[in-house]
Amino acid sequence: MGSVPTLAIEEVSRTFPGVRGGPPTRAIEPTSLRIADNDFICLLGPSGCGKSTLLRIVAGLDRPTTGRVLLDGEPVIGPGADRGMVFQSYTLFPWLTVEENIGFGLREQGTAAAERRRIIAHYIERVGLGGFEHHYPRMLSGGMQQRTALARALANDPKVLLLDEPFGALDNQTRALMQELLLGIWEADRKTVLFVTHDIEEAIFIANRVAVMTARPGRIKSDTPIDLPHPRHYTVKTTPEFSAYKARLTEEIRIESIRAVEMGA
Amino acid sequence: MATLGGFVNKTFLADPITMVVSGWRLLVLHGFYVDIGVTIWRVIGGFVIAAVIGVPLGAAMGAYKPIEAFFEPFISFARYLPASGFIPLLILWAGIGEKEKLAVIFIGSFFQIVLMVAVIVGSTRRDLVEAAYTLGASAGGIVRRVLLPSSAPDIAESLRLVLGWAWTYVIVAELIGASSGIGHMITDSQALLDTGQIIFGIVVIGVIGLVSDYLFKTLNQRLFPWSLA
Repeated sequence: MGSVPTLAIEEVSRTFPGVRGGPPTRAIEPTSLRIADNDFICLLGPSGCGKSTLLRIVAGLDRPTTGRVLLDGEPVIGPGADRGMVFQSYTLFPWLTVEENIGFGLREQGTAAAERRRIIAHYIERVGLGGFEHHYPRMLSGGMQQRTALARALANDPKVLLLDEPFGALDNQTRALMQELLLGIWEADRKTVLFVTHDIEEAIFIANRVAVMTARPGRIKSDTPIDLPHPRHYTVKTTPEFSAYKARLTEEIRIESIRAVEMGA
Repeated sequence: MATLGGFVNKTFLADPITMVVSGWRLLVLHGFYVDIGVTIWRVIGGFVIAAVIGVPLGAAMGAYKPIEAFFEPFISFARYLPASGFIPLLILWAGIGEKEKLAVIFIGSFFQIVLMVAVIVGSTRRDLVEAAYTLGASAGGIVRRVLLPSSAPDIAESLRLVLGWAWTYVIVAELIGASSGIGHMITDSQALLDTGQIIFGIVVIGVIGLVSDYLFKTLNQRLFPWSLA
C-alpha cells in the first residue's frame, strides 16, 4: 500500500438522533480505512450495517459525528466533483438526454463546449451507449441508466469513484455485464474506487481489497486483499482461488448477518 | 330540452334554439365579440402578472427554507381570503376600470400560484439534488439546473389549473361592476330577462376555457417531452 493514501477515513463514526424522543441510533462505530491511489476497495456488509452511510460521509453528503475524511491530505467538508458517485437508485436527470446527463458536471465546471463534446463522446463509447445519445432516461433500461450514471461520474475525472450498490437493482445477467464493464474501465484507467455492496461474489470479482463491515453499529471487521490476477475474465469466478475467498468471506458475513437479524435490523 | 317540450316557462330558461339565435344577434348586432375580447384580455393580463411574480417567489420559497419560513404564514392566510370579497374594496380603491379587474384576478391567482410552486419545488427528488452535488454543482447550479427544470412540468400544470380559476374571478368581477366584458353582458341580459343571452354567455366562457386548457396542455407536452409517462 502506498505511503500517502488518496483517501483516508480516520476514526469516523456516525450517530443519528433518536426519532420522536427515542434513543439515538449508532450507525457506525469509529472506523478507519486507508485507500491507496488507484486501489479498488469493496465495503462488504449485511444490509443496514452503515456501509452506505460511510460512503455518503466520504461523498460529503453526510457529516461524521466524530472523526474525519481526508482526500489527498485535505479534509472533506462537503460534496464535490473530486468524488464522483453512482447511486443505487436511478438518479439520471430525467429532463436531460443521455449526452446532456454525462455532460452535466462538465458544464457546471465551465468546460468549453468542444472539449465537453469530446469527453462525452469518449465515455458514451466507453460504456457502450452509442446510438442512445439523444434518448431521455425514461426510454432506457435500468442497466443503460446505470451505465449512463457511471459515465456521468467518470466524465468529471474524479480522484475517487464512489459506488453505492450501483448494480443492486439490476437483474443477474445485466449485473454480471456491468461488473465486467466497470472492471474493464478500472483495468484501463486505474481509478481509485470505493464500492459498497452486500454481494460477496461481486466484491471478490471486482475488488483488490474487500473490507467486511460488522452488523450495526458498523465497523470494519476484516480487510482481505484479493490476489486474483488482472485482467480478470468472468471465468475467474469458477477457479478454486475464487471459491476459497468466497468461502472465507461468506463465513464472516454470515456471522454478521445473524447478529443483524438478532438485533432486528 | 325541458323548455322545448313546454315544461318550463321560456322567460326563465331559454331553449337551445333561442339561445343560439340570441347569441348570433349578440355577436352581430351588439358587438359581443368586443366583450369577449375584453374579458380574455383581463384574464390573461391578471394571470400573467400573478404568474410572473408568483412563480419566482414560489420557487425561491421552495428552494430556500428561510424564505419559505418568512412568507409562508402570510401567504397561507392570504390564500383563504376570498378574491370576490375584495371586489367592493377594490372598486373603492381602483374604480370599476381595468385596474380593479386585474387586481381581482391577481388576488385570486397569485397566492395559489406561490404556494403550489413552493410545494412543487420543495418536493424535488432528494437523490437528484445529491447527485448534482456530487457532480460539483454549486447552490446556484442546483436551483437553475435541478430544481427548476425538474419542477417545470408540474409548475406549468398548476398554472393551467389556476388559469381555470382566474376565469371564475373575472366573471364575478364583471358581474359586480363593469361596463364591458362577458360578465357585464350577463348582468345586462338579466335586466332584460333574456335568459338566452345569459346561457350563451356562460357557454362562451366554457368554450374559451376548454380551448385555453387545450392550448396549455399542448404547449406543456411540447415543452416537456421528457416527462411523458
